[in-house]
Amino acid sequence: MSAAYEDRLRAFVGREIHPLRPGQDPVNVPMIRHWVEAMEDDNPIHLDEEAARATGRDGVVAPASMAQAWVMRGYAATTAAEGGGGPADELTDLLAEGGYTSVVATDSEFEFHRELVPGDHVAVREVVESISPEKATALGTGRFITSLRTYHDQDGEVVAVQRWRLLRFRPKAKPQEPEERSEADAAERPEERASRPQPAINRDNAFWFEAAREHRLLIQRCAACRTLRHPPGPCCPECGSFEWDTVRASGDAHVYSFVVNHHPRHPAFDYPLIVAVVELAEGTRLITNLVGVSPEEVEIDMPVVLDWVDADPELSLPVFRPVAQEGH
Amino acid sequence: MTETTANHTVRQTVRPLGRPGLAYDEVAVGDRLPELSIPLTRTLIVATAIASRDYQDVHHDPELAVERGSRDIFMNILTSNGLVERFVTRWAGPAAVVAAIRIRLGAPNYPGDTMVLTGEVTAKDDAEGRVEVSVRGENALGAHVTGTVVVRLPKGENA
Repeated sequence: MSAAYEDRLRAFVGREIHPLRPGQDPVNVPMIRHWVEAMEDDNPIHLDEEAARATGRDGVVAPASMAQAWVMRGYAATTAAEGGGGPADELTDLLAEGGYTSVVATDSEFEFHRELVPGDHVAVREVVESISPEKATALGTGRFITSLRTYHDQDGEVVAVQRWRLLRFRPKAKPQEPEERSEADAAERPEERASRPQPAINRDNAFWFEAAREHRLLIQRCAACRTLRHPPGPCCPECGSFEWDTVRASGDAHVYSFVVNHHPRHPAFDYPLIVAVVELAEGTRLITNLVGVSPEEVEIDMPVVLDWVDADPELSLPVFRPVAQEGH
Repeated sequence: MTETTANHTVRQTVRPLGRPGLAYDEVAVGDRLPELSIPLTRTLIVATAIASRDYQDVHHDPELAVERGSRDIFMNILTSNGLVERFVTRWAGPAAVVAAIRIRLGAPNYPGDTMVLTGEVTAKDDAEGRVEVSVRGENALGAHVTGTVVVRLPKGENA
């Protein structure tokens, strides 16, 4: 991607891509009925006035998760060949220009301020919060677009807030026609990746993971005696000082020790999985994975160099690969 | 749809019959929700997409879904939200007010699979009467949905 393209994308961050726009219809019982029937949700507060009043409500309420449905643009607009030409379409077009033509929603974080009742008329506005660098995902290479959607009622009061994340990606090559596809092919096709076990992040180690997200490998350093340490901790094991800063690792390292994990398997990883203790040129060691090398080729003291794996939008981790041999 | 209750050794809170639902004091951190198993029929995936007014072709047109890099049509995220809400409110009862639904999607829900929802009470906020439930919906490929739902429950008679 060119720097100019990156700049054009970055121009959308912080921008309102959907000005406040009301849904086509107010909250209504027929649409609620359609929803709860399809979801097989038998909570009586959605259709039975008496049951709803028995819970202290004034009458039936819409399912909370329907908030987004009230502002969906509908069939006609979805199938129309061209968008309305607003900023949201401009962003979609710009991403398509980069080859990111497919889309899948990955995250939705809803906070509901009140229940919606028939007659409410919901409107939504949407502001882009961030656009990720290009990431390799199981679906294909793409970018995560994070936005904040604010839902208002007819009086302008906020009724719900939703952090919303889409992956816009370049689809992988089209699979063969189904009739030609053998069972073996099906088995070999990579499935969408399960997410990695998440690290336990706390106030002592958050700086390290935050830097990792930006592909910077940090080493904690005692501000009093200058001793480097890893993993991160609140206090220097040498002199006991609580004051610290960090240095950025050069990325040069060697294999201190390693094991090969065959079993049990976790769906987030490729196997055989090499789990290594790597000693950085700066002297600290960290537990990591080796990539770009088979278990048979790994040797103690082998020189390796830093690389990064973007496991998911929130988690990037350092891995190490063999130093490219000269003459190869 | 079948709704199965697994045999957990951990305490399960099950709503007493004839009551409008669980009271805040009847719920403890660590309580497990009764498991919910949802067969992912093609009809369910299409019907819920349309009920949520989501007409993206990947949720109803298998040929176009494959062209866009998917194996088949797959469930839309609005439905994942709706099913997670159903799973939690069927346990909490009709008096529960849903305050938050925060989900992340992983493996897609394809037709022919089954999603099993499990959940556990992870936190209680006495001041607000809010209960946080962690939820997880697994299909044959792995976790389709993980997240948390927050519900506000009425105070019990003893409160």
